[in-house]
Amino acid sequence: FHAVLLLQVENVKLLDRYANRKAASGTLYLTATHLIYVDASAEVRKETWILHHHISSVEKLPLTTAGYPLLIHCKNFHVAHFVIGQERDCHDVFTSLLKLSQPVKPEELYAFSYNPKTSKENREMGWKLIDLRLDYQRMGIPNDCWEIADINKDYEVCSTYPPEIVVPRAATKAVVMGSSRFRSRGRIPVLSYLHKENNAALCRCSQPLAGFSARCLEDEQMLQAIREANPGCPFMYVVDTRPKLNAMANRAAGKGYENEDNYENIRFKFIGIENIHVMRSSLQKLLEVCEMKSPSMSDFLTGLENSGWLRHIKAVMDAGVFLAKAVREERASVLVHCSDGWDRTAQVCSLASLLLDPFYRTFKGFMVLIEKEWIAMGHKFSHRCGHLDGDPKEVSPVFTQFVECVWQLMQQFPCSFEFSERFLLEIHDHVYSCQFGNFLGTCHKEREELRIFEKTHSLWPFLLQRKQELRNPLYRGFAAYKELQPNTLPFSFQFWCGMYNRFDKGMQPKQCVLDQLLSCTSQKVTLEDSAAQLESKLPVLDGPSPSKGCTSPKAGAAAAKAPTPQDCAEGAAPVLSNGPSLGHEKHKESPAQPQDLRASREDGQAQHQ
Amino acid sequence: RFVGSLGTIVIKCKDLRIIQLDIPGMEECLNIASSIEALSTLDSVTLMYPFFYRPMFEVLEDGWSSFLLEQEFELLSSMTNEWRLSCVNKEFSVCPSYPAVVIVPKSVDDEALRKVALFRHGGRFPVLSYYHKKNGMAMMRSSQPLTGTNGRRCKEDEKLINSTLRSGRRGFVIDTRPLAVAQQARAKGGGFEQEVHYPQWRRIHKYIERFNILQESFIKLVEACNDQSHNMDRWLSKLEASNWLTHIKELLTAACLAAQCIDREGASVLVHGSEGTDSTLQVTSLAQIILDPRCRTIRGFEALVVREWLQAGHPFQQRCAQSAYSNSKQKWEAPVFLLFLECVWQIHRQFPCSFEFNEQFLIMLFEHAYASQFGTFLGNNENERAKLKLPQKTMSLWSWVNRPEELSRFQNPLYEANSLVIWPSVAPQSLQLWEGVFLRWNRPSKFLEEAEEERMNIIKYNKELQAKVNQLRRQLAELEADEEVQEP
Repeated sequence: FHAVLLLQVENVKLLDRYANRKAASGTLYLTATHLIYVDASAEVRKETWILHHHISSVEKLPLTTAGYPLLIHCKNFHVAHFVIGQERDCHDVFTSLLKLSQPVKPEELYAFSYNPKTSKENREMGWKLIDLRLDYQRMGIPNDCWEIADINKDYEVCSTYPPEIVVPRAATKAVVMGSSRFRSRGRIPVLSYLHKENNAALCRCSQPLAGFSARCLEDEQMLQAIREANPGCPFMYVVDTRPKLNAMANRAAGKGYENEDNYENIRFKFIGIENIHVMRSSLQKLLEVCEMKSPSMSDFLTGLENSGWLRHIKAVMDAGVFLAKAVREERASVLVHCSDGWDRTAQVCSLASLLLDPFYRTFKGFMVLIEKEWIAMGHKFSHRCGHLDGDPKEVSPVFTQFVECVWQLMQQFPCSFEFSERFLLEIHDHVYSCQFGNFLGTCHKEREELRIFEKTHSLWPFLLQRKQELRNPLYRGFAAYKELQPNTLPFSFQFWCGMYNRFDKGMQPKQCVLDQLLSCTSQKVTLEDSAAQLESKLPVLDGPSPSKGCTSPKAGAAAAKAPTPQDCAEGAAPVLSNGPSLGHEKHKESPAQPQDLRASREDGQAQHQ
Repeated sequence: RFVGSLGTIVIKCKDLRIIQLDIPGMEECLNIASSIEALSTLDSVTLMYPFFYRPMFEVLEDGWSSFLLEQEFELLSSMTNEWRLSCVNKEFSVCPSYPAVVIVPKSVDDEALRKVALFRHGGRFPVLSYYHKKNGMAMMRSSQPLTGTNGRRCKEDEKLINSTLRSGRRGFVIDTRPLAVAQQARAKGGGFEQEVHYPQWRRIHKYIERFNILQESFIKLVEACNDQSHNMDRWLSKLEASNWLTHIKELLTAACLAAQCIDREGASVLVHGSEGTDSTLQVTSLAQIILDPRCRTIRGFEALVVREWLQAGHPFQQRCAQSAYSNSKQKWEAPVFLLFLECVWQIHRQFPCSFEFNEQFLIMLFEHAYASQFGTFLGNNENERAKLKLPQKTMSLWSWVNRPEELSRFQNPLYEANSLVIWPSVAPQSLQLWEGVFLRWNRPSKFLEEAEEERMNIIKYNKELQAKVNQLRRQLAELEADEEVQEP
């Protein structure tokens, strides 16, 4: 191993979550960054890699006849159940993991030591890959009504906003500063997405410090400026994504929500999405359901219902759909907030953008969306993901919910995303992995202080390199679907087995259609090339033309694919590998209820040897 | 079915679609309503559509003779000679719900079969359902033995079953009732194989729900799917309360168990419940889907439906009379066949490349089992079908389906023959609601259909390219060979 080996323990068993299989037996290694388990009993070398940062809890269970059990839960929903022969070893592993999985100082995070051996220039280029200015340009900003202002360059307006923000031209500096004093943590209304077709804007902010009667002229002017930037609609929506009760309770603390009487032509609306604490406990309940040992159908469905998880997902989706509809159909601008405007607001603004604009459904666009609505606007990844040892009450699966909403959309619109489920899982993994700098810290200011841009790498170029395996072969291109209008009836939402039971391979479909299609599309170019080559070798004869049998690729699918040229299909694919018989061999040995863990390498990233 | 009032007729179809017709004029409306009512509740089978249907296509192959047991036996004979065809039931007198010909152990003569028939409910003596080529194990099916309270036994029955065992090996009896129900059945003259009399057999009780319980579950599920006013909690709780997915899970588990006994334990199996016409057939046919790659082809699956459902005497006419919207309580109505199809769909979802047919094929069978222009699913058994002269008077579904034009709609582009046993996961996380049937009319399917089309195109184009490259290679090789001959 390349890394420093901290600990090595022999005779460790890795239990299968579904009992009756014989447990693997092997060696457990701890490096500075990973826990690595090598199964010695398997014919082929099987490794399980767990990144320390992915570990959310380590538990010692009561002694069994087999030894001392250690149960590890990961933030990417991997659960590993080890049994260690010696108590002393078990204790050593336990204490080491506790320490390694809960770094105290930011400098201890993996990103600061991760070295993919690329040049300095490449690293810097990587950070420039996503340029938010380009996205605003795409929306036509700056224009007559909106400008990219550097008014926050010294973080005077808001310490958790980026230096550059998009505000209405009509809003003077005095209006901005005044509004910032009236908004919780200075998070003033700024533009998140401008729908070019009709000038309706999606804006976001935090709750106003309205209390029971306070008002602020500048804030009212700010909203007026936003409304007037969209002359096509006489009113604007102000959407509070909290349940009404929560918002009212906030009034007692001098915060609260906008009074319709004080603001000109606003339509105020509550959308009840629960707070981070409710979401955290909901996920906890969901995971308990997922981990049940051989539950009955009833147990599972009742547990799923009681967890409330899908109810919350639906609430977020409903909110996103409402925003998108307001912008598209009512041509109205919308201002969204919750309490601080960095959790629920980020969820619904990014979801609405994704519904409205096909660009955000491409690789690049999705990266822009996350950089813009989540990273730049100060979603507190570090706290919500528990990167550092800190307040457990700050942890919440807000981003996970957003990722799941996107997945739910993929189920309804299988041809409208350039990327597949795997891309989502990959991003989700790295939000927790701390391997790249993007998700460290809580806001732009903090990332500057941590010198993220000098000391760490950006995730995006690494994902783009793997575009080939992360793409969606069914994608019909940018122009095929404009807005998405998902069905949000309860039965449209499915339990996401591929996320929450991702590491229980036995529960996943045994044959993967995605792989099959990917191999078809990646063979495409090689096959076309060899066909062309062969044709050129053949002398022009009077005989039957060999190309007759082949219908034109321009028919149907291939034509629709035009906007995504074969740039991604260049990876050397096996010529004529005659359709890989995926998994046919693998399930040969599985028992009648084969919910077995079979991945040879559980850890999805960290491709170092 | 219809519920009519003031100019509006709501038609609730057996394929779960609901159509609303607004008709101006009270009288017309009532007339139409009563006509629909009358025509949809015909008393006599012979007045039904199949007897009047005239096909608009040319019959290439008569489906009525596509799947004869004789052909099946021929195939079996190529693997083993331990079995024989028996015509003991040719007048349907030994067992009214069996076909005229059955496959039984060679060592048992017709006289013995007659005796065994008297010992089994409805005369359904043990017959061969499936022969596992890999290890020579057999799966048989029957109805319950009529042991009664005083423990009646039948030497011939014991001999028949034992003749399928290898020396020294044990077999498994899978009883699809819980032990308590099996014991109660003795009071009514039924019963189960007692260990003392069948020492070489181990009995396993694997409960599968019956008739009205299943029908209620079906009705509840369809209600839940049709009510669009539910919030998430209400939907999940209704889905749970319908118990539909529980039945699916139980059924798959039982089928896995039967398949496991055969493939893993290397044991022969006898499956039965009470009558042996419902849960028994679900288990034996699903076990074959798991074990036998042939059953995962279109032709093989059709043969399975014919053999294990139609010829085996599943009473389609009683079970599939009304579907989910019946107001009147139908004592014999039950979605037994639909449950089987859904289980196949669940396995299909887990092994999307191992089936030659697609989801539409299964949905098509569901529709035709409930309402069809073809005579295939009419009647309750071969005996009734013979009396109704269905093969002469009606068209077979298979005559239509197996035409190349139709077949192409039902083919799975991802199919690659997989000769292995396929073990599905029965974890709740692995099972899903069958949207293609239950949500079909409740939401737009445009985007899903586009995805399906896209999948087809990708694979089709890939296959064409490969064929083209191969052909070019061959041509080039031939040319080079020619040149070598000419040049020297």
